[in-house]
Amino acid sequence: MPAVKLPAVELHRATLSNGLRVLIVPDPVTPVVGVALHVDVGFRSEPQGRTGFAHLFEHLMFQGSESLEKLAHFRHVQGSGGIFNGSTHQDYTDYFQVLPAAALERALFLEADRLRAPTLSVENLRNQVDVVKEEIRLNVLNRPYGGFPWILLPPVLYDTFPNAHNGYGDFSELELASLDDAAAFFDTYYAPGNAQITVAGYLDVDETLALVEKHFGDIPARPTPARPSFAEPVPGAERRQVVPDAHAPLPALALGYRMPDPAADLDGYLGHALLGSVLGDGEAARLQRRLAHTDGLVTDISASAGLMGPLDARDPDTFTITAVHPATVDPDRVLAAVDEELDKLAASGPSADELARQVARWSASLHRENDRVMYRMLGLGARELLYGRAEITVELPDRLAAVTPAQVQAAAAALRSAGRGVLLVEPHPGGSQPNGSQPDENVAAEGDQA
Amino acid sequence: MTRTADEIGRTGAGPRELPPLGSTRAVPLPDVEEHTLRSGLRVLVARRPGVPMVELRLRVPFAADVHRAGSTSTDAPDHAAVAELLSSTLLTGTATRDRIGIDDELAAVGADLGVGVDPERLTIGGSGLADGLPDVLTVLADVLTAATHPDSELVRERERLVERITVARAQPRTIAREALQRKRFGNHPITREMPTEAEVAAATGEQVRALQAASLVPRGSILTLVGDIDPAAAIALVEKQLDGWESAGTARELSPPPPLTPGDLELVHRPGSVQSQLRLSAAALRRDDPGYAALQLANLVFGGYFSSRWMENIREDKGYTYGAHSGTEFVPGGAVLGVDTDVASDVTAAALLETRYELGRLTAVPPTAAEIDAARAYSIGSLLISLDNQGGLASTLAVLAADGLGVDWLRAHPARLEAVTVEEVAAAALRFFAPTAFTGVVVGDADVIGPKVRALGGISGP
Repeated sequence: MPAVKLPAVELHRATLSNGLRVLIVPDPVTPVVGVALHVDVGFRSEPQGRTGFAHLFEHLMFQGSESLEKLAHFRHVQGSGGIFNGSTHQDYTDYFQVLPAAALERALFLEADRLRAPTLSVENLRNQVDVVKEEIRLNVLNRPYGGFPWILLPPVLYDTFPNAHNGYGDFSELELASLDDAAAFFDTYYAPGNAQITVAGYLDVDETLALVEKHFGDIPARPTPARPSFAEPVPGAERRQVVPDAHAPLPALALGYRMPDPAADLDGYLGHALLGSVLGDGEAARLQRRLAHTDGLVTDISASAGLMGPLDARDPDTFTITAVHPATVDPDRVLAAVDEELDKLAASGPSADELARQVARWSASLHRENDRVMYRMLGLGARELLYGRAEITVELPDRLAAVTPAQVQAAAAALRSAGRGVLLVEPHPGGSQPNGSQPDENVAAEGDQA
Repeated sequence: MTRTADEIGRTGAGPRELPPLGSTRAVPLPDVEEHTLRSGLRVLVARRPGVPMVELRLRVPFAADVHRAGSTSTDAPDHAAVAELLSSTLLTGTATRDRIGIDDELAAVGADLGVGVDPERLTIGGSGLADGLPDVLTVLADVLTAATHPDSELVRERERLVERITVARAQPRTIAREALQRKRFGNHPITREMPTEAEVAAATGEQVRALQAASLVPRGSILTLVGDIDPAAAIALVEKQLDGWESAGTARELSPPPPLTPGDLELVHRPGSVQSQLRLSAAALRRDDPGYAALQLANLVFGGYFSSRWMENIREDKGYTYGAHSGTEFVPGGAVLGVDTDVASDVTAAALLETRYELGRLTAVPPTAAEIDAARAYSIGSLLISLDNQGGLASTLAVLAADGLGVDWLRAHPARLEAVTVEEVAAAALRFFAPTAFTGVVVGDADVIGPKVRALGGISGP
């Protein structure tokens, strides 16, 4: 098996006097540059009674700032040949632009202006509440499996508001959002000391740092909020919940398990991540072979670490297994087959070759990610913000290659010995749509439209 | 310390000046080596280092054979189902490898291959470590020449395909797409993007194997490779590995669909829908048309990017939608414009009114020089960004090659966009965006949206 190494990536760090962290990643080959702002607040931190507020606020940050009237941000980025987006995750919110390198200073100016003085107006708030409601109708309410599993599974596995609630938000609570809420949210969480700017692509390091200082340096420091712990006990038993879905033609199910804290036990976390690959990735994966092919129990099945992707949140995060299955198959048969496959792995682990193939594929996908300035920047920026170590991204192929079959075996045993959340989605023709019920869509993937 | 929203939005220094643009370094696109194998397969290879990977795209024209024995003279209604089943079982077995063996060999070199099929073509796409290219080509050659579509795999894949189609047809976007295709292309085979469950259930292994023998052929097909590879060596390798893939036949191109006829929008009832899909369509131009660049800019100003008139109106001003997008779709022998948005039921009529207004406005009040300059900068910059990685370059080269265009077209396109005048954009707007040029569908709960939508006129259906 060929060795896979990511090319050396230069990481340059600085902290401005107002607390803003800076990560600069030069790439002499590309004609493109990217600027990303990561703010240390996600939907787990939004206030009770204001579900969906972190995401709504992300939308408001595109609505203008002191030097930029409404629509100007979009127009300046695109009129400079660039693309933009933002997304809201469990523990962070990102805003980014990728442009021809000529637009570097302009991009920094645009990000700085809204971090310094965003225009928060009632008109924009009402307009973006409407837009977010359309986003939720599109991705959740008007389609089969909307919010499956990212909205529907957390309340089964978790008890506390931050971990369990719907990050897209209830319409009634979105409608209650006020300008005072927005002002308080900005002042609390969008302090420069609670944010990080990542610049990647064709750039000169010293010149870029000077430009960051020029545009962000005079944002006054504000107190940085204490980062809360979202820890809660691992459930000791299985919890089940049945959710009707008015649009789904076939039943679906999701299993949620807790997994190790990536900050404290990265190798344990990666053992779980590779367990997900051994179970679900590719035709040769255990659950594909057993459930999709040999037993014919499911139409499709997948397994993965992290509710919104691997290494995308702090603790606690969720290991998920999801499947769509015919109505003629009792969900307990699916669960029993999954448990048997986990038991086999817990008893004897994957073979060394089986694991090595999954590592090779994962490493190759990291290369592809690294080949695009946008993904490289977002990956490095998120790991730097969440774990203080952008290097994790660079080291990942080596660390994955070092995971042993015994570690994957231990991960399977850990899943089998702890409680879990079981979500059953049942087709319910003509019934009313619950508040959330489709794979592949989340607030972290909003297309090219903020 | 909490400030008011008003205090947050102002600083002592006041508004600041937007910095000017600097310069972007020129990064030339790589040369593309081209070679046609003895079998007729065209091979395109470009070296793009950066990461030690290679991207692969194989494109086989794959239209139904309407003259095949047993089919009616103008149609082959079972083709879509047999083609889908072929695509689902192509990687499940050969004379010497089973499904697991195929996947294991690919995974060992970090590779992945996927098969897709539509009314025009079958594509095999994927990537792998550049060092693994020989292994990937070995597997590819094996499935192209010796896929057996084993009966056991076929029976199971057929069941799964039926289930997946059931799920896909529950998606509003699929319902809207099927309605739009029927509306603009009638019964032409281009509309058969997804077979019915019954057609799939009736498809047999014999049909799948016969289709592979007759249609999955090298002559007329194009293989594109982009990555950290040596082009001459890669071509020699392809020549050696795919030597056994041959056929007397030629891959079959889909016939052009009938020209689009402007007319009423058809209201399609989807009970219980909380949103409506607006899908409008008109004729457009192909890439090799001298007017294509002007049309591209007119489209951007209308609805082709976020900073477009339509998006700024119905999303950022009215809040009717999360997304609104217009763009060109290429069909055999032509091209069509698509104008797509999803809006809440209670604002469907209002959104349609604004959509027609913006179409009319583009023709009556054509794009200004400033609007055109922004669209031009975006089209050139976003092209640069999309080509700045192996996968993006491979996909673009593969699509252009199928249209008879090469990397020279791509290299010259920014200059074509630069040369477009305000008058040319106005002419393109008038010709292609007139509200009277469109047809389309509105899919939603007709009981809720019907009265107001019909009142606007130009609506047919329930």
